[in-house]
Amino acid sequence: MFELLGIPPQALFGQLLIGLINGAFYAMLSLGLAVIFGLLNIINFTHGAQYMMGAFVAYLSLTHLGLAYWWALLLAPIAVGLFGILLERTMLHRLYKLDHLYGLLLTFGLALIVEGFFRNQYGSSGLPYSIPAELRGGYNLGFMFLPTYRAWVVVASVIVCFGTWFVIERTKLGAYLRAATENPTLVQAFGVNVPRMVTLTYGFGVALAAFAGVMAAPIYQVSPLMGANLIIVVFAVVVIGGMGSILGAIVTGFGLGVIEGLTKVFYPEASNTVIFVIMAIVLTIKPAGLFGRAT
Amino acid sequence: MSEPLLTIADLHAFYGESHALHGMSLDIREGEVVTLLGRNGAGKTTTIKSIMGVMGRRTGSIRYRDQELIRLPSNAIARLGIAWCPEERGIFASLDVRENLMLPPPIKAGGMPVEEIFALFPNLRERLRSQGTKLSGGEQQMLAIARILRTGATLLLLDEPTEGLAPVIIQQIGRVIRTLKERGFTILLVEQNFRFAATVADRHYVVEHGRVIDMIENSELAQKTDRLQEYLGV
Repeated sequence: MFELLGIPPQALFGQLLIGLINGAFYAMLSLGLAVIFGLLNIINFTHGAQYMMGAFVAYLSLTHLGLAYWWALLLAPIAVGLFGILLERTMLHRLYKLDHLYGLLLTFGLALIVEGFFRNQYGSSGLPYSIPAELRGGYNLGFMFLPTYRAWVVVASVIVCFGTWFVIERTKLGAYLRAATENPTLVQAFGVNVPRMVTLTYGFGVALAAFAGVMAAPIYQVSPLMGANLIIVVFAVVVIGGMGSILGAIVTGFGLGVIEGLTKVFYPEASNTVIFVIMAIVLTIKPAGLFGRAT
Repeated sequence: MSEPLLTIADLHAFYGESHALHGMSLDIREGEVVTLLGRNGAGKTTTIKSIMGVMGRRTGSIRYRDQELIRLPSNAIARLGIAWCPEERGIFASLDVRENLMLPPPIKAGGMPVEEIFALFPNLRERLRSQGTKLSGGEQQMLAIARILRTGATLLLLDEPTEGLAPVIIQQIGRVIRTLKERGFTILLVEQNFRFAATVADRHYVVEHGRVIDMIENSELAQKTDRLQEYLGV
């Protein structure tokens, strides 16, 4: 079997796949953050907790209600999205005209409360959530083994990311969102109910995090800290892509996942820091991010 | 004489602690073109923003047909048939010309068809795929007016549509305003340039320190030019 720079193909493609899987989660989470930041001007630090809540809704709906994975994929985004809408209506909407710092502090505090609650109820260790029967097994591609569930995660996240991009960039609703990001006062004066659109956008961004959480449950296990571990990397992805940039969030999410995976193969010591090194370089050269607009 | 379409009575408006309008009162009848003339900072733009509901705090009365607007949010005001073309034009950089043109949702039947809009503003047809803010100043102004004609709104609030534009573009905008008047639109126009206003308007309100200090019929303008120039400090 061939080798690349002394690395066996199984190791290379295995890490590439792990990178793509991680990238899929980075992309879905940073996409939600970008949508929320773009319209609400809020750096949603609760995003990781909402991702974790999605995984917990999947776990609890299976253990208490007997609802399978596919139901969770539908119900968790709705339930956690409604929780997000409640947060937006009762708290976040008071902060839009204030400095970003206030939104960051509030959502950070909310994340600690939510994670503390789940840790208190369910402990810190991971709870198992099995892969649905339809997605077990895998394919032998000759140079590597491709587990079906992981392939599904990558394909589903590409579809979700592309769908979100399409709605925002190519539809009338997306035009309202983009316009309201620039000048909400004028869009509202055209007759659009901007406050309702803002609320629903936050709900959608949160639902996206919960969807990612359900997808992650069979891979990473369900744990109260699963979001906290991921969110710092996701923020780095958003900063590299450009705050508020939809395309930036998607491309850098997948791209950095792959780079992180490849770093594990070629220089494992740097795999935990490579994204932050890239962030530092990008911020130095292009402070608005790779896809961001300088203001 | 017809009933007023819009009546403003004892309107006060505030930017935070700053008191910007001090008892503004005026009315506009259906089908009229009325201008607000006055120096910078007199309260003309604030009046338009108050009608549109985008000012912070307002007191007094703004009646449109039989509806009191003072407590309505701006989206509800727009849905009654009032459209605003702001001073800074408000063209969206993240939208192309077509998206900018099609952005305001139709609020009632009878909006101007896109083909008629292109007949009024032929330049826009050729620039549909351009980014909105890549247009020239004149084209951006045309786009800002064009997009509110589609919606079915019948009262148009135009805030300094000629500001900073070349004379030939100003003439074109003047022709458009006269055409809109012929088609039955009612227009409240904020202007600094009274010579332009005289070519399109039926009446002129002179605004100073946040209130109306005089009203001049366009037919009287020739006799009252000196007085108007004194008001405007020109």
